[in-house]
Amino acid sequence: MTIPCRFIVNGSAVSGSFPPMRRLLDVLRGECGLTATKEGCGEGECGSCAVLLDDTLVNSCLVPIADVNGREVTTLEGLPKDDPLFAAFAATGGTQCGICTPGMIMAARALLNDCLRPDLSQTREALSGNLCRCTGYGGIYAAIRTASGQGE
Amino acid sequence: MRWYAPRKLHEALALLTERPDLIPIAGGTDIMVGRDPRACGHDYLSLANVAALRGIRETPAGVAIGALATMTEIGRHPIVCRALPALAASARATGAFAIQNRATLGGNIMNASPAADNAPVLLAYGASVSLMSVARLRHVPYENFHSGYKVTVRRPEEILGEIFVPYAPLGARHYFRKVGTRRAQAISKVGLAALLVGRPGAWERVRFGFSSVAATPILACALAATITGTARGLPDDEGLAEALGRDLAARDDIRSTAEYRRRIALNLVREALAPWRHQGGCDAGQ
Amino acid sequence: MYTSMHNDSRFGTTPLKDAPLRKDGMEKVRGTARYVADITYPGMLHAVTARTRLPGGTIASITFDDHVPWSEYVVVTARDIPGINAVKMIETDQPVLVETHYRHAGEPVVLIAHPDPQALADALAAVHIDERPYAKPPVFAIEEALRADTRRIAADNVYRDYLMEKGSVMDAEKESCQVFEAEYHTGAQEHLYIEPQGMMARMEGGILTVEGSLQCPYYVHAALMYATGLPEERVRVLQCATGGAFGGKEEYPSHIACHAALVTMKAGGRPVALIYGRGEDMAVTPKRHPSRSRVRLGASRDGRLRFIDIDFVIDGGAYLTLSPVVLSRGVIHAAGPYRCDNVRVRARAVATNHPPFGAFRGFGAPQSIFALEAALDELARMLEMEPDVLRRRNVLAPGDISPAGQRIEGPLDMQRVIGQALEACDYHAKVEAYRQWNAQKGAIRKGIGLATFYHGAGFTGNGELALRSRAGLRVGADGLVEILTSTTEMGQGMQTTLSGIVAEALRIPYEGVAVARPDTRDVPNSGPTVASRTCMVVGAILARAADDLIARLRADAALPSVYGYGEFRDACARLHAAGGVTTIIADYRHPAGNEWDESVFQGSPYASFAWACYVAEVEVDAVTGETRIVDFTAVQEVGRVVHATVAAGQIEGGVVQGIGYALFEDVRFGADGQMANNRITNYIIPTSADIPPIRVLFLESRHGAGPGGAAGIGELPMDGPAPAIINAINAALGTEIRHVPAMPEHILAAMDRRSA
Ligand SMILES: Cc1cc2nc3c(=O)[nH]c(=O)nc-3n(C[C@H](O)[C@H](O)[C@H](O)COP(=O)(O)OP(=O)(O)OC[C@H]3O[C@@H](n4cnc5c(N)ncnc54)[C@H](O)[C@@H]3O)c2cc1C
Ligand code: FES
Ligand code: FES
Repeated sequence: MTIPCRFIVNGSAVSGSFPPMRRLLDVLRGECGLTATKEGCGEGECGSCAVLLDDTLVNSCLVPIADVNGREVTTLEGLPKDDPLFAAFAATGGTQCGICTPGMIMAARALLNDCLRPDLSQTREALSGNLCRCTGYGGIYAAIRTASGQGE
Repeated sequence: MRWYAPRKLHEALALLTERPDLIPIAGGTDIMVGRDPRACGHDYLSLANVAALRGIRETPAGVAIGALATMTEIGRHPIVCRALPALAASARATGAFAIQNRATLGGNIMNASPAADNAPVLLAYGASVSLMSVARLRHVPYENFHSGYKVTVRRPEEILGEIFVPYAPLGARHYFRKVGTRRAQAISKVGLAALLVGRPGAWERVRFGFSSVAATPILACALAATITGTARGLPDDEGLAEALGRDLAARDDIRSTAEYRRRIALNLVREALAPWRHQGGCDAGQ
Repeated sequence: MYTSMHNDSRFGTTPLKDAPLRKDGMEKVRGTARYVADITYPGMLHAVTARTRLPGGTIASITFDDHVPWSEYVVVTARDIPGINAVKMIETDQPVLVETHYRHAGEPVVLIAHPDPQALADALAAVHIDERPYAKPPVFAIEEALRADTRRIAADNVYRDYLMEKGSVMDAEKESCQVFEAEYHTGAQEHLYIEPQGMMARMEGGILTVEGSLQCPYYVHAALMYATGLPEERVRVLQCATGGAFGGKEEYPSHIACHAALVTMKAGGRPVALIYGRGEDMAVTPKRHPSRSRVRLGASRDGRLRFIDIDFVIDGGAYLTLSPVVLSRGVIHAAGPYRCDNVRVRARAVATNHPPFGAFRGFGAPQSIFALEAALDELARMLEMEPDVLRRRNVLAPGDISPAGQRIEGPLDMQRVIGQALEACDYHAKVEAYRQWNAQKGAIRKGIGLATFYHGAGFTGNGELALRSRAGLRVGADGLVEILTSTTEMGQGMQTTLSGIVAEALRIPYEGVAVARPDTRDVPNSGPTVASRTCMVVGAILARAADDLIARLRADAALPSVYGYGEFRDACARLHAAGGVTTIIADYRHPAGNEWDESVFQGSPYASFAWACYVAEVEVDAVTGETRIVDFTAVQEVGRVVHATVAAGQIEGGVVQGIGYALFEDVRFGADGQMANNRITNYIIPTSADIPPIRVLFLESRHGAGPGGAAGIGELPMDGPAPAIINAINAALGTEIRHVPAMPEHILAAMDRRSA
């Protein structure tokens, strides 16, 4: 059975009929064609599928699409093109293989929305649900520091 | 597969009375994990829109937490942080931010995992839960809530409504520690929460709640009895270990060993009691 | 000749203003890089794999339940293989799909494909593989495999048996010396690249085209030709953006590619996606080889190493795969960067019924280096010497001969590397402070530990000669220089590093160089992307191609002898006008005098080494046995840093994998020999909350064989953390922990043993 759902993705209305337990992740990557959001585990552990749902960070692999009805989703593609996190992640070693990067940037965005100038311990806590196997996290901390105007 | 998403509590209760086979879903962070894509057979009752199940209320006797309150809400709530610091700590230790934003307290205890991080704290604080159905509302002390591995006393037509956590007396020691392998987003190998009021020989309250050391979260009654039954000072390590041995039913599994769990349980108990150790039974006043 | 890249000690890597941007940076941060799971084709099929469940046996029959409408599905078994049913690697012992006999649980047997991915789970459950066990029980432990009466998986259950010998351990033992002896173990390690493996295959104009997440396009190409029987020109392999590899996508992609290819061939060329879920990826793909080392060290009272005697065994799993080369690297690194006249390393790779183990960053060296470096600390304790003093006394210097018989060439100063590391973390003061702290016997114990080591860059021994790599440059009218190489970007920054090398060699801006997509139809075979060889080996080939290009531009397009970028581009335009797009291909040249005799393991195994000293500081909680790394210092002599951000990222990332290897990453095997904790929730890798500030310092003495004196660095950082951390824990607790991972369970048990 499918149910009708209407919601907003990156500012545009989406409506369709979906099996209610279909994962938001699959709808974003499939029906919406937004492939920046990645699947690393499908179990909520890695954070590579992280998006903002009504401005809070969630792992889209754990969100049934029926629960998104009437709400607003922001993916990496929906961040302002000049979000300072982009340039910072590219410049400071915040990305290597890149598979964790979209989720990591979403987690970083959620952090900066909450706290203008996070310190290291806040940063580490805020990112602890996003696994990165490449960078060792140092480059990511540097990117967040740069994007929040702390240091170069 | 059907999906019901009522807005009103009475609608949700009516649905569940009519269809006790419906699976309630709150944040979905347990239900969505490992969901077999073929499992289309189930019908779900989404509670997410039921406003009456949300919110954290302060009452004269304690804090009433709606089943839908998320870990983020609990971990940041000023009264919880001040009056029930162990609960704020356990909420902040439940997964990472993206999980905490969705995971509800009701879901955490309804999922009934022996490893649930908030369970030990609720046991230690002496929380009670309300179970609601069309026919009635009942209150169950949380220590009587888990009746077996992944089984609770909730009846199929009931919804978990509220978790009530009484305030602790002034001067109480609130202890919470979760031992996982890493510092974030880890499933606990042992979790301990303790509420300790009084002093050796004159205890007013001694409650130890554990996770991951038995088939359900447990309140360590033998341990408490041993401590309160010791007239002078604290029981020695053997005494504590012996009592714990009666409370715990630790097992080997993929995450750790029974042996380690027993060891850590004892060590954590000692840590919880640290302010009163080596004091020859007299409280130096914390 | 010294530069340093200092981390802000509390907040990650300091970005370097002058370092050019990563070539692949923008597409990755914008989410536009295309990984294999991001690709779709109209009419695409999705495939899954049915596998064996027993740890070795025979297949009696395969049956398919009738309730599934099989006509809608494409079903492939071993009978559908047009070529040879073996995955081409070093040997060809491993079937593409099991027909009858097999050696481990999780071997592929049947492939099923359907346009709707939702339709696969039911069908998979309706495939019944009737398996019969072998009479003898399966073998999972190294010592069991070596016993004569257990199940034979390969001849004597030994894939390879190597001996590296120098001088005479026997003679050295006759003289008076202090002998320390112990056994060390390392566990398997899962790569846990965040992108699971996957391949997409289709027929395009009669050409079998396979694209996916992979490290070595030409390995996949060779395997496809072998299994499909198609000629070279009808097989094409392309790399997609690859979400981490670390060795894990060196060999297994050939399997998945063959599977996807078989399905597309049976399905009339329809595109087929074969993408693994996390659980399947963790259960069946290779991991780091577990190892067991028996180490005997003889030393004079003043700490001079008289002999090093090591028996090193790795578990190869059920098929040979890459075990011989992992083993040889393990052997060569086993005796460390130390001066010692009498060395014997016996090394074996044994067969067990685990899924095969394979390549993982470090390739055998982290295992053998762990054993030696941990043993050295115990020897130091026995001699009542400080661990740093013992190392300083023995570490190789220019002019010395290494355990493998290689003469160490300067300029290079390992004493200075050690000195820098100790100074950067204030080592001596901390040793003293921690001693005093621990004397109070509080709940938190503190320790500091170090490891000194080197890591050889490039293929071992004559491997590079055999590879005969080729790489090239292509330039058209616009003057943009494209690098043609089968070396792949998997996050390690290869595009950035190679572009930098080529730009420098051509004396043009970095922006004037791009890297062509690895596509076997378009790029020459520059060898696999492994063994820290990209910068040193491929970089050197490209630097020569750049020289050739300049010569061509001078000869045919009047490039002046001194030129600016404008003149360079003008010359390119003239060259294009005269003869169209120009492609210059250069070949590998073996450094003179680098001879290697594999039969006795003596000679020059590597053209150059990166050298390092790592220091870990830990706090161990005596209540729980949990260890926290509070500070980490990584000082390395790498010849030359080509791109500072990329290089620092390699080191930091490797150190964090090493921290996981040392403390958390515990592969647990089930009764069937497969990984039992094959979920991210049960296999613990470090999160940002577990990682200390990592201080990364480079020394650059230009000793390497790569461009400008660079040596490879990709694997180096994997070698040092485990021994440094274990040494720090043992220093904190006075324990004798001799294995990794040292889980809290083990640490508490070791504390008990100590107090007993
Ligand atoms: C990556 C990850 C990390 C995690 N880490 C932790 C951790 O560190 N510690 C920890 O304890 N847990 C952890 N969890 C588990 C999970 O997040 C918690 O158990 C969570 O609190 C469950 O709440 P939920 O609202 O998401 O529950 P749901 O998944 O919606 O429901 C869980 C169960 O409760 C039932 N239910 C929910 N609400 C009600 C209600 N009001 N009345 C009746 N029944 C109800 C559902 O039917 C279901 O059986 C983790 C999960 C993930 C995916
Ligand atoms: S894919 Fe959602 S958290 Fe890993
Ligand atoms: S950049 Fe590869 S996982 Fe983070």
